[in-house]
Amino acid sequence: MAVEDHSAPTSFVKKYIFSQDHKVIGLQYILTALFMAIVGGWLAVMIRTQITWPEKAMVTPENYLSLVTMHGTIMVFFVVSLALVSGLGNFLVPLMLGARDMAYPFLNMLSYWTVVPACFLVLVSFVVEGGAAAAGWTAYPPLSALPEAVPGSGLGQTLWLLAMALFIASFTMGGLNYIATVLNCRAKGMSLMRMPLTVWTYFMSAVLGVLSFPPLTAAAIMLLLDRHGGTSFFLPSGLVFNNEVLAHEGGTPLLFQHLFWFLGHPEVYVLVLPGIGITFDLIASFARRPVFGYKTSVYALWVVGFLSMIVWGHHMYVTGMNPYVGEYFSIATVLITAPFAVLGMNLVASVWRSRIRMEVPMYWALGTVAVIGLGGFGGLFLATSISDIYFHDSFFVVGHFHLMIGVVTVLSTFGALYHWFPKMFGRVMNAGLGKLHFWLTYVPMVALFFLMHLQGMSGLLRRYYDHSIYEFQAPGRELALVITILTYAAFAAQAIFFWNFFYSMFKGVKVGANPWNATTLEWTAPSPAPHGNWPGALPVVDRHPYDYDPAAEEDSDYKPQGVVA
Amino acid sequence: MSETTSHPRSPGFGIVFFLLGIVVVGGFGVGWLPEVKSAHGHGIDGVIRYLLGTTGALFFLGCIVLGYFVMKYGRGEAQSGAIVSNRTQAIWAIVPVLVMCAISEVGVLVMGLPVFAEVYGEAPDDAYEVEVVGKQFEWLVRYPGPDGVFGEVDHAKVHETRNPLGLVKSDPAAQDDIVVRGKVHIPVDRMTVVRLRALDVIHSFTVPLFRVKQDTLPGYTAYTQFTPEEVGIFELACAELCGLGHYRMQGSVIVESEESLKNWLSEQEPWL
Repeated sequence: MAVEDHSAPTSFVKKYIFSQDHKVIGLQYILTALFMAIVGGWLAVMIRTQITWPEKAMVTPENYLSLVTMHGTIMVFFVVSLALVSGLGNFLVPLMLGARDMAYPFLNMLSYWTVVPACFLVLVSFVVEGGAAAAGWTAYPPLSALPEAVPGSGLGQTLWLLAMALFIASFTMGGLNYIATVLNCRAKGMSLMRMPLTVWTYFMSAVLGVLSFPPLTAAAIMLLLDRHGGTSFFLPSGLVFNNEVLAHEGGTPLLFQHLFWFLGHPEVYVLVLPGIGITFDLIASFARRPVFGYKTSVYALWVVGFLSMIVWGHHMYVTGMNPYVGEYFSIATVLITAPFAVLGMNLVASVWRSRIRMEVPMYWALGTVAVIGLGGFGGLFLATSISDIYFHDSFFVVGHFHLMIGVVTVLSTFGALYHWFPKMFGRVMNAGLGKLHFWLTYVPMVALFFLMHLQGMSGLLRRYYDHSIYEFQAPGRELALVITILTYAAFAAQAIFFWNFFYSMFKGVKVGANPWNATTLEWTAPSPAPHGNWPGALPVVDRHPYDYDPAAEEDSDYKPQGVVA
Repeated sequence: MSETTSHPRSPGFGIVFFLLGIVVVGGFGVGWLPEVKSAHGHGIDGVIRYLLGTTGALFFLGCIVLGYFVMKYGRGEAQSGAIVSNRTQAIWAIVPVLVMCAISEVGVLVMGLPVFAEVYGEAPDDAYEVEVVGKQFEWLVRYPGPDGVFGEVDHAKVHETRNPLGLVKSDPAAQDDIVVRGKVHIPVDRMTVVRLRALDVIHSFTVPLFRVKQDTLPGYTAYTQFTPEEVGIFELACAELCGLGHYRMQGSVIVESEESLKNWLSEQEPWL
């Protein structure tokens, strides 16, 4: 194994800055994401404030579109992707597999340091001329291609595209690393069908990411060329701005949408699947029984992964693409509910005949299960092309995708941080504050995105600076104030987490290697895990990952998946 | 069977899921859909109601089961029989697969296809035709005039005030074309086919009360068709982010009797 050759670093820079240790890199990602989350969350607060009191005109319409665009971009790519997929994944995958590090430690370091300038470009774009990108996080041309179309499509959009290119490069390096690590660096006895579901989901997530990101890279390059190289990949002839026809001809804006969503849809699963895997592991650890349907869950993951690659067109039902193509996408998309129902059923059944310990991570895990149900069923309304005609680009969509790639991912990330914090720092986070944080996050977040579904039912359209001039949007507007207050509450509640996280890092109660009496391999390593993860020999795996028995004595109701010789 | 209480227990947490089930089902049950005013819209609402009913029931059931499990198994009692055979686990995978495939494909195929035929099927010969062109940030509406033919347009001739659609003077069919800003006059109880184009970026023609939404793409001509069932004025909005004025790209669809539509059209001057 390549990882054996890097010895423990001694200097501060090698240990904490340019580290090749997966645990340090994981934490770097997580801290970066936490910082970006404050930015992205603040943008959400500003968006809500503007659309709740449009008459106050807190921001200009062009700034509002930048807020919307950058909130989406930052949250999807620089918060959830970084914290959940790159951050926790980096920390967990080698530890759960019984590996000393990722397969390619240097590549790992490189991937983190590639995303740092991307974050920088995103932040800088707010202060360039014309402001940050304003064409939506989906960046549809011609709006995103032409500075004539919207001020944010000037330098701001260029920086956005460069940041995306860097992000994709980083994420692809990370994905390849996960795949290589899972395939090559498992401990002795750790067959694929003995891997914890968390690792399975990171593996599927990485496979999907590696397969689906290249088309977006191509789209980004083509869009850059349309903007600066005089090409017309996405620009048809006859575009009129200020009474002048542009010289572009021969392109089609639909091509961009296909390339974007070919990534965009699998990306949803890149983010959500690890959240589901973590939820499985947390539930097993605190329900004290084996996961129900481990095998069927793994198969369901493969089916989800496959289907997710062939359904991107459901984002485009009303674009004018051939409706029969749309009908195919509809038939295929709704099938995803089948493997998802298997995952959902297995999560619920994993609580059946259990003996629940209500530690803090379990609150988050159980809470996540319900949101997977709510968000998942909501997807059917959008996947069915006929009902999507009404819901497309309404707040129903906003509520739905926030539940899935916002709430499921954020809840499971928090659950994971509370759960694995001891492995990171050798201490636990404060339980009382953890529960308070849970209630003040869960209730407002679920409530506000649920209410957005109702707004969408009533016809409220998304990305509107001001809904008040329309009569048909009046019923939906009535819910705006409540939603905004809930947003403020959820945002403010994160202060509790930040305090708990950083305070506990230095002052939390010290715990041993396995504070939760959990089975998976990472708990056989010391807390915090040292460089190389296990001071001596690596553990040898002799059983499945969830050997709990709720019928046994409470303190001996589990058998670790592996033993350290 | 009572066990040590050294571990935190909170069976009452299960109530969260009961409440969630009740709030979600009750919230959707309030009936947020505005009353539909077009023929095919009833079909769309039918699909939506079908999905609300089926997924609502499943979600509620799931919440009850999860809540019950948390309350029952949250007390800390030892449980036997947690480990079940692979066969049982497989059966409990097949059941949800069959249920969800049935529910979802009934929505798409059984409920959806007849509506699909209405929305995308061949329009009857006597359908009323009108063109709506999206531009930043208004809707330009063109009526073909007495000859019933839309004349040629050339975007090079577009001028915001003088010739907003770029009508070509030399084309006789364009001579009688009527161009109006933001007002789509159509007949009641007869199918309207809207020809949709865009001059600059993507817009989306949406009339929520008709359950109509269709993007207008530059470089393409798209069509959307519907049959209004009631005389009145209905709001037209843009559903695809199109720039600063996206939110104020308001228009109206005026549904009137054949006679008053004819009168209105006869009062309009051709643009050229």
